[in-house]
Amino acid sequence: MREGETADNEVSPSPYRMFERPGARDVLPRKSAEGMDYLIQQIINGLTLGGVYALVALGYTMVYGIISLINFAHGEIFAAGGYLGVILLSYMASQGLMDAHPWFGLAFALILAMGYCAMLAMAVEKVAYKPLRNSSRLSVLLSALGMSIFLQNGLMLTQGVYDKAYPTEFTHGGFEWVGVRVSYMQIGILTVTALLLILLNVLVYKTRIGKAMRATAQDKIMSALVGIHSDKVISATFAIGAALAAAAGIMVGLYYGSVRYDMGFVPGIKAFAAAVLGGIGNITGAMIGGLIIGMVEILAAAYIPHGGEYKDVFAFIILILVLYFMPTGIMGENVNDTRV
Amino acid sequence: MTRGSRKSWQYFGLGLAWFYFLLWPLLGIHDGELHFRESLLVWLRVAVVTTICFALYRLGKRGALDPVLHPAGRARDAVAAALSRAPRWMFWLPLGALALAYPMLTNRYAQDVAINVLVYICLGLGLNIVVGLCGLLDLGYIAFYGVGAYTYALLSVHYSLPFWVSLPICAIFAAVAGCIIGYPTLRMRGDYLAIVTLGFGEIVRIVLNNWMALTGGPNGILGIKSPGVYIPHLTDGTFSFEYLAVRKLEYLYYIILALAVFTVIAVYRINFSRIGRAFEAIREDETAAELMGVNTFRFKLLAYALGAVFGGLAGAFFAARMRFVSPESFTFIESAMVLAMVVLGGMGSIPGVILGALALVALPEMFRGFELYRMLAFGGAMAVMMVVRPAGFWPAARLGKRSDDTE
Repeated sequence: MREGETADNEVSPSPYRMFERPGARDVLPRKSAEGMDYLIQQIINGLTLGGVYALVALGYTMVYGIISLINFAHGEIFAAGGYLGVILLSYMASQGLMDAHPWFGLAFALILAMGYCAMLAMAVEKVAYKPLRNSSRLSVLLSALGMSIFLQNGLMLTQGVYDKAYPTEFTHGGFEWVGVRVSYMQIGILTVTALLLILLNVLVYKTRIGKAMRATAQDKIMSALVGIHSDKVISATFAIGAALAAAAGIMVGLYYGSVRYDMGFVPGIKAFAAAVLGGIGNITGAMIGGLIIGMVEILAAAYIPHGGEYKDVFAFIILILVLYFMPTGIMGENVNDTRV
Repeated sequence: MTRGSRKSWQYFGLGLAWFYFLLWPLLGIHDGELHFRESLLVWLRVAVVTTICFALYRLGKRGALDPVLHPAGRARDAVAAALSRAPRWMFWLPLGALALAYPMLTNRYAQDVAINVLVYICLGLGLNIVVGLCGLLDLGYIAFYGVGAYTYALLSVHYSLPFWVSLPICAIFAAVAGCIIGYPTLRMRGDYLAIVTLGFGEIVRIVLNNWMALTGGPNGILGIKSPGVYIPHLTDGTFSFEYLAVRKLEYLYYIILALAVFTVIAVYRINFSRIGRAFEAIREDETAAELMGVNTFRFKLLAYALGAVFGGLAGAFFAARMRFVSPESFTFIESAMVLAMVVLGGMGSIPGVILGALALVALPEMFRGFELYRMLAFGGAMAVMMVVRPAGFWPAARLGKRSDDTE
């Protein structure tokens, strides 16, 4: 109807502008949509994004596996991790610490933010989910939704409505290799993600607490009978998932250069889609699902016409298709009737 | 002080300390310095309020407040009994008179608030069919509101159809949208349904935002006609109709009042019909309902479509009143608001939903100074409500007794 108007999407296309910032072009160079190097470039970008989704998806899948709850507040924990990162890094940069030891500073901020978010998630669990352990699933879900709104607005009130810029002087740079541009940040994200995933696998399959978690996920009453303190195990699960989400939040903040109070919402749903795709409750599945969702999103945005505008839609469509045609996910977790 | 109460106070103190630890990094580290003043101030306020609440809770639990609470409870019961003996019209008549006389008694601002409340009552009651009666958690309900609003906007701008003709078309479009969204999702149960409807709601918003040719994208649609009325005109012997566009707020108030009353009556009739009973059976136990011969899939689809119809009607009114629509009015946070009304008011209860809409729209207007804290309070209230009073402020009266009722 109004032919004269062009798509000036830069103005303010949506309140959830995560992953759409103009600044993202510094790391994602626009090239002609043809050729092998373009594909490889997109695959690397997809891997980076997919790694982030995988880290967030693990929190969803572990919590769902153990108490069958979609933890809506998880996306906000991811955002809180991003904010803690910007707060700590700005502070250290102002003290001159980041110039002297940038990698040490980054690691320090990462660990502190992970610890903070673990404490935050444990507090949320104690306040909003634990008293509802025996009530209907609808009320726990609504409580989780309320917590999500509460945390999002808490972040907004304490940190402001506008984007908060990361100090990114020390993360610039990259190299070009046979026409493919890889930034150091991407390598950093992939390395840290891989490291965390390995650590998680060790934790779940090789330690006592991991064994307790798996036992509680299988049968809460039976595991309590053999002496596993299920409340503590649930707390630990929340803490581990939140720590991974916090790491993802910091890396997203560093990668895109800024954070925003509502940045957790859309990636949260996409990460949940990843968890469902991999088979909810299945840790390996969540990792694979995250990578697939990230890859699909980037490739669809690159190759489908108008795909960039609709890229948020693809994750939802995958979610609906998976739930409709194979609700057990690709890793085929044993899903009983009440779950689906 | 008993051992149990000492232990609970210890937990409470630990919780407060924990809260400060979580609060300080967000408030205390900025501009390259560490601050303690503001975070301590915020923490102190929260601590005082929660300590008072917790002390009252402990006292109530130990029975120390019984001398006060018992007479109060008895007085409340006596008042309730006296009121229930009075005939129904004694409540409806003054209420109806007040609703009709409202625009004459108040100023523009108050009318504006009242229109908002009535729109949200329509939305809340529509969602109440899906969530309260049928027990399907729908987090993308605002999509139907959006469909209704855009349908009227496009019909009005392109075909200049009048509001009253468009209203049923909007309802039909919303119902079709409800069926399209409902068909693939209704085979899922509980929380999966919630996340998928959330996804659908977002898809609708993204499409509205990006389909430039049809919806104008983020710029929205301008120049929507306001609803009009035809007034019979009898001057010098000839009979004609005069078209009058309703622009004045008080007439718009009457239109939405009529729409809200229609919604209340319709939802009430649905609630106490065979269909309503089928919905409630599905909510209580889907498998048992299926065994008793309720076609659960068809009824769930019907609940979806019916809920969507009321959302669509409210949306059409919204477009006509604003004379402008844009995707920003249909975000997830609106869905969450409507859901919060239904949940806080009492799922499945019509007066509860009305109360919820009043509380969530009118109350923040009274505390304009705390505008920023509105959503924070909603979120907190939603979580606290689920712990303290899961049935809501005004729980729905149950027709029968459930097998797992303990009393």
